[in-house]
Amino acid sequence: MLLPVLLGRLNRLHYILISKAVCVHQVHSSSSVCADSCYDGLYPGHIHTTPFQKAMLALGSGVAALQDPYRHDMVAVLGETTGHLALMNIRDKMRNDPEGYTILTERPRIRLSTLDLKELASLPDGSFGREYLRFLEENLVTPDSRADVKYVDDEELAYVMQRYREVHDLLHTLLGMPTNMLGEVAVKWFEAAQTGLPMCALGAVLGPLRLNARRLQSLFTSLGPWALQNGHRSRCVLSIFYERRWAQSIEDLRKELNIEPPPVILTATNRRNI
Amino acid sequence: MAASMRLLLRRVIRYSHRDINVTAAGAAGRSGCCWGPSTCRCSSDDAGDRSTHFGFETVPETEKAKKVYKVFENVAQKYDTMNDAMSLGVHRLWKDVLLHVMHPQPGAQLLDVAGGTGDISFRFLEYVRSQQERQKRRAARSMQTPSWGDISSNYSSSEDEVSPQESRAVVCDINKEMLRVGKQKADSMGVTAGLSWVAGDAEELPFDDDRFDIYTIAFGIRNVTHIDQALQEALRVLKPGGRFMCLEFSKVTNPVLSRLYDAYSFNMIPVLGEVIAGDWKSYQYLVESIRKFPDQEEFKHMIEDAGFYCVKYYNLTGGVVALHSGFKL
Repeated sequence: MLLPVLLGRLNRLHYILISKAVCVHQVHSSSSVCADSCYDGLYPGHIHTTPFQKAMLALGSGVAALQDPYRHDMVAVLGETTGHLALMNIRDKMRNDPEGYTILTERPRIRLSTLDLKELASLPDGSFGREYLRFLEENLVTPDSRADVKYVDDEELAYVMQRYREVHDLLHTLLGMPTNMLGEVAVKWFEAAQTGLPMCALGAVLGPLRLNARRLQSLFTSLGPWALQNGHRSRCVLSIFYERRWAQSIEDLRKELNIEPPPVILTATNRRNI
Repeated sequence: MAASMRLLLRRVIRYSHRDINVTAAGAAGRSGCCWGPSTCRCSSDDAGDRSTHFGFETVPETEKAKKVYKVFENVAQKYDTMNDAMSLGVHRLWKDVLLHVMHPQPGAQLLDVAGGTGDISFRFLEYVRSQQERQKRRAARSMQTPSWGDISSNYSSSEDEVSPQESRAVVCDINKEMLRVGKQKADSMGVTAGLSWVAGDAEELPFDDDRFDIYTIAFGIRNVTHIDQALQEALRVLKPGGRFMCLEFSKVTNPVLSRLYDAYSFNMIPVLGEVIAGDWKSYQYLVESIRKFPDQEEFKHMIEDAGFYCVKYYNLTGGVVALHSGFKL
């Protein structure tokens, strides 16, 4: 009973593989140098996958991420292969918001090459840009360590996924959470409530397993409920054009987004790279 | 999902006239045959530029070596782990069969081309060592009751006895990263005697003529741009009486097994590559390059054309892997 399904999938696979091969033939026979502008897929870095392959990827990356949570590429792959519905949801929310719509059309990227660190350093304390820079320095992270999206089969949704990854650090700043395990779990709870991505939900459920008793208590009594409530009631965080709000005061931005300041002040005690 | 299927359908319709033979053929093992091995190897259509295949892509010949180098540089660290995962450990059996068919005697000189992480060379040294032990034991047993003639000849020969030449294995690979990983493995295993590591191109080996007793190339020849040149070089560096042995993925003859094998190759192997090594594309190249390689009979003819005699092949695991062997006379 499985065999006809397998054979049917195999035939579809032939179409995909052969059409891919022929398309690439067009691309490569014209130029021998493959630059960024000449790529195979819907966007640079895109890899075509069948639903079966996506399922296997989701399974494999899930297991790998559980075994070694520091494998961020596996967490990324898990997010991409399981997040289709949630991404469509977020994209629709962004389309309905005027600022979100601007983001979808202008497609800003947050990378060291696009950030002006000197300008951020010159901003007053308490401004969003200054606090973000402080967060990067204290936690020893860089915005360039995000993996590129590979397995999302829609170019706009791939951008939404990429934007979600790049906004993650900004969320840390907004929520005042450091990059240690407790801070990450709190941000995951917020993101799970906000975005509905299965990968966030999985991280939110399994992350606490690695916390000690004291931190678990802090999570379940104060941080967790705060993160969930704010995740639900805040405005869609992906719809904010952060790049134009560096000078805005962080308190102001929090009020605009409907986020309460954290109930517990956590400091960056563990030095870890994201 | 729907968008990608629509895109796919549009592409298929646009190129269907080109693909009709391929899709009608059905059996996945034949999916590469529309290119025809001889045409895909060098088609001089674009302004005198010779192109060849890189998996299912067509690239200029000059590009292929570079791209293959990149692939193996990326996978070198996880190469052995991936081999175990992809073949479920069966690749070890294939390599053991190669050694058993080779049956090297102590004193043999081995050249292991595209030897990379050294699997064949380590097995070779192990085999030869155990052969040596066996010979010593046999000699000791036969010397239990020596005759007077034996004893006297022993006395005379022990002074000017020519020490038997030590077996040596030379691992030659074009990729320095793979050689590095292999050397690390050798150091951690404590194998150093009789082993050397040389960076070199299979199409232009840095060795003199008539140097080696055995030439092996395991799972490497399909990555070479000009297979006939590699075969010529093999003939050159072998001593007369030397043996050429090649382990390579080949065509599965059984149609049911073939479809299962293809389904497994295209669905599971790149996924394993992504999950274990973080590299989908290199393992996509791997499964595609297997499809582009000539089948058992054709490769046998190629080896005969290069000048080898008594060429035969053994199918392993139903044709998933073929072991070709030929002699230089």
